[in-house]
Amino acid sequence: MNRIYYPLTQAALAALLLSMLAPAALADRFTEADLERWAQEYMAVVDRGEKLFHGGLENENTVSCDQCHPDAANTHPETYPKFQQQLGKVAVLGEMVNWCIENPLESDPLALDDPRMVALQAYIHEQRRLVPLVPGKH
Amino acid sequence: MSQMNRRRFLRTGGAVLAAGSLPFSLVELAFGQSGPEDFTFAFISDSHITHIKGDRFVRNWDRGMIQAVAEANLLSPRPDFIFYGGDIAQLGTPEEIDHGLEILSGLRGDVHHVMGEHDYYLDLGEHWRKRIGPDHYSFDHKGVHFVVLNSILTWDEWTHRKWDTPMQRMKEMARLDNPDGSPFMVGDSQREWLRKDLSNISKSTPIVVMSHSPLQKIYRGWNFWTEDAEQVQELLKPFDKVTVLYGHVHQIQYNQIGNISFHAAMATAWPWPYPKTFVQEASHLPKLTVEMNRADPFFERDGTGWQFINMHTGDVDVHYALPDNENRVVAFNEQQDQPVDTLYQEESNRIPPQDHY
Repeated sequence: MNRIYYPLTQAALAALLLSMLAPAALADRFTEADLERWAQEYMAVVDRGEKLFHGGLENENTVSCDQCHPDAANTHPETYPKFQQQLGKVAVLGEMVNWCIENPLESDPLALDDPRMVALQAYIHEQRRLVPLVPGKH
Repeated sequence: MSQMNRRRFLRTGGAVLAAGSLPFSLVELAFGQSGPEDFTFAFISDSHITHIKGDRFVRNWDRGMIQAVAEANLLSPRPDFIFYGGDIAQLGTPEEIDHGLEILSGLRGDVHHVMGEHDYYLDLGEHWRKRIGPDHYSFDHKGVHFVVLNSILTWDEWTHRKWDTPMQRMKEMARLDNPDGSPFMVGDSQREWLRKDLSNISKSTPIVVMSHSPLQKIYRGWNFWTEDAEQVQELLKPFDKVTVLYGHVHQIQYNQIGNISFHAAMATAWPWPYPKTFVQEASHLPKLTVEMNRADPFFERDGTGWQFINMHTGDVDVHYALPDNENRVVAFNEQQDQPVDTLYQEESNRIPPQDHY
């Protein structure tokens, strides 16, 4: 992380003294550098998701998500949760991802908090960015 | 076909379609009285046969092809021949091409093949040509001139890049949404061949061109696109009546550009989204197209299918045979001088499943 040190002026010295009385990090404060790092962390997971989506799941039959969903199109993440009529209940996106993994990919479902499931969903959402949320829409 | 017969054909077709399942035997009623130059052919495409290992192949894609073959065999009267629109294989291996051809060998009738990118980019079409024959050719049938093009070539700099293995090249091109892919093209030498091939054909002869990729530009990012499409269209312009039939896009598309009608084939394997559903990029689906129904993935064959083509007086009617869904008919409308969906073309006739987003 890049930190810039300035010569200690009187005002800065006062601030430093004050900050020594306060907790080390302020919960509601973040810097441009923080924002950049968090975006990088997110994009790293998106990139992992992109690889998993394009054959990275190593399912035996080799069928991959992008074969039916190029650029994750036709996944409609903005519509979840919704009544998934084929399941007869309201489902989240991850349940439909698992449906695809179990059926066309003929593989075992992932836990909903499995890092691979998180990555797949990060990629799917990223490809659909800026589309307004319409939960429940079929 | 006379107007009377045509109307009866459409009506009979509609009644049968409403009854669902295999509507093919009754087609004979309509075709029985058609003129000598009228004929039909079947059009099957994009099976993407996928080898797992040993004697195992992906069941789902096998089943799509097997079903299309079985249904096409029920056509009565028999179609004059069958076109296979390319992408018989997923990764172009001899195992996949041979397995696909074995399934297709169950077809009653001669098959003419089109090269797809999945058949080509492993060995640059060597095994395909060995088993099937040339990748571009033409023939005449009952007064119609048929031309088959290999439209999935690309720049030599991409094809002959220093790949680690031929399979690496194949996999790069097999990925539809690959930003490192390369646009399809017919190329200079094949266009020159086409120019010569057409030079002896009378301008009043109906022309049917078969290609794998659309010879029109819809969305470059997924190669719903042929880079030199306009140059090919230019060669086809002098003719009264031209129809381009293509695969690759796994969905219903149709269009009219000047004298040229365009129709796409459904895949037997799986449907593809319309490019507009990838919202980060602009795309240009022909405005004329009434989109296929959104597929229900829980019905394995929904969103897949094959076509039978009615050729009458040089015009093409495409009958989409859609398992687990209502069949569709996109027919050339002489008044409007363009193909139209015989049921859904009017805005007010569209149904919610045709809304893709």
